[in-house]
Amino acid sequence: MTAVETEPVRRTAPPEHDEAAGGRASRPRGKRRLGPGKAVPFGYLLGPLLLLGVWVWGSAQGWIDPRVLTAPWTVAATAWDLWESGRLGPDLLVSARRFALGLVFGVLAGLVLAIVSGLSRWGEAVVDGPVQIKRSIPNLALLPLLLLWFGIDENMKIITIALGVLIPIYLHTHNGLRSIDGRYAELAETLRLRPAAFIGRVVLPGALPGFFLGMRFAVTSSWLSLVVVEQVNATSGIGYMMLLAGTYGQTDVIIVGLVLYALLGLTSDTAVRIVQRRVLSWRRTLED
Amino acid sequence: MATHTGGLTAAAAVRIRGLHRSFTDDRPVLSGLDLTVEPGEFTALLGRSGSGKSTLLRALAGLDDVAKNGDASGTGEIAVPRQVSVVFQDSRLLPWQRVLGNVVLGLEGAGAKARGREALAEVGLAGRERAWPRELSGGEQQRVALARSLVREPELLLADEPFGALDALTRIKMHGLLRALHERHRPAVLLVTHDVDEAIVLADRVLVLDQGRLGTELTVDLDGRRDPSDPHFAAIRTELLAALGLAGGAEIPTADKEDDA
Repeated sequence: MTAVETEPVRRTAPPEHDEAAGGRASRPRGKRRLGPGKAVPFGYLLGPLLLLGVWVWGSAQGWIDPRVLTAPWTVAATAWDLWESGRLGPDLLVSARRFALGLVFGVLAGLVLAIVSGLSRWGEAVVDGPVQIKRSIPNLALLPLLLLWFGIDENMKIITIALGVLIPIYLHTHNGLRSIDGRYAELAETLRLRPAAFIGRVVLPGALPGFFLGMRFAVTSSWLSLVVVEQVNATSGIGYMMLLAGTYGQTDVIIVGLVLYALLGLTSDTAVRIVQRRVLSWRRTLED
Repeated sequence: MATHTGGLTAAAAVRIRGLHRSFTDDRPVLSGLDLTVEPGEFTALLGRSGSGKSTLLRALAGLDDVAKNGDASGTGEIAVPRQVSVVFQDSRLLPWQRVLGNVVLGLEGAGAKARGREALAEVGLAGRERAWPRELSGGEQQRVALARSLVREPELLLADEPFGALDALTRIKMHGLLRALHERHRPAVLLVTHDVDEAIVLADRVLVLDQGRLGTELTVDLDGRRDPSDPHFAAIRTELLAALGLAGGAEIPTADKEDDA
């Protein structure tokens, strides 16, 4: 009799029982996990693709006047023509070179300044003020002076880009460095770590999360500065191509330039995020 | 049962004379403390919260920077060997270094990694060299911290409530491990703890810190396995509890894990 009675009881067991038996798959309804959940495959492309979809749909339906915003297929055709005629390739290369060099020099300068200012009170007293001052002056306002100082050649463009890159790298690396648990410095003292080993094993790895955040701002900032220098004073590059197109009213060429900037920006940000995930694999955060 | 060490030995592992430490409120934390620890001797330091146990340990570890730091002032004479290792209550592993990297942190030379592997094997963690610290349990992390100390072949091992954050079962296992490691390497050990039983199980000599000075001092003359149910063990416990101000041998609340000033 008792055996018969326990049977239905077991079948209507509380949800916790099901979970224990069935694992994650049969998680009881209404019990939400608080993290963002599992990653959506290629989810980072979803937003940009939606934007593209609206553009295609709107142009096809005739809602978007081609004089205001060229249709995507016209832009694609123009891009192809520009590439075929050999006008896009060299400009793209020149822009990419300016971006890369400006980024490299800016990151190096920002890192060195962040370490100097982060590890020494005197360094902070000397370095931090000027960097904060530079931070509040937009690159565009600095441009006339930079033109006077460095002329109109490539150096000036790279310096301008590097100055823009330096700021986020400095700020976020410095912040990351200062947020390192003080107990690790104590540990390093008891282990008698040499200064070089302390910087290499404790300070830099500990500041890496901050550095990568700065890096994501830096790549974007590098492209932004590129637009500014190429549209103010240049005879080559994507910005110059767009400036010229603006003079002749070639909306499609302008859009080609914009789309290129967008693609390059998205690609470089994705690259930073991929490297970040690899390098920071020791962490366990809501990201994972 | 109570013995008092007399004069100094030239080769003492720790030699402290007239140590004074006080913080900004001018209440002395340590007042005229004298302490000698012989080479290879396992000494446990008991004391209530705020009795200055950790202050003493930090002074020995060279972490209190009395000369540089504005918020502590002190005088006194401290002599420690060159090779001093510290084990903290938290394992203090660098989360961005793998287990082996943490053990050999700051060591140079070709043999460093091999010695690190050996030390890990000694604490029973062979094969976990490539693990990240977050993948280990609390007890395993503390064993890595022990390996990190041992690989430096310390003459003096300072341990600041090293098992305070572990559960009771893990703690018993760690006691056995620490005893075995001490037998093999014979460093002088100064263990700060608030756990009376832990002190009796591990140490050759138990000191009680009271009002900035060393009060009661007991030699633990128990042979072999130290069993808390042994009447001799219980007698030592009762005496120590009395020295800590708990007459009648009441249990020390083990939840009390706050840091001493």
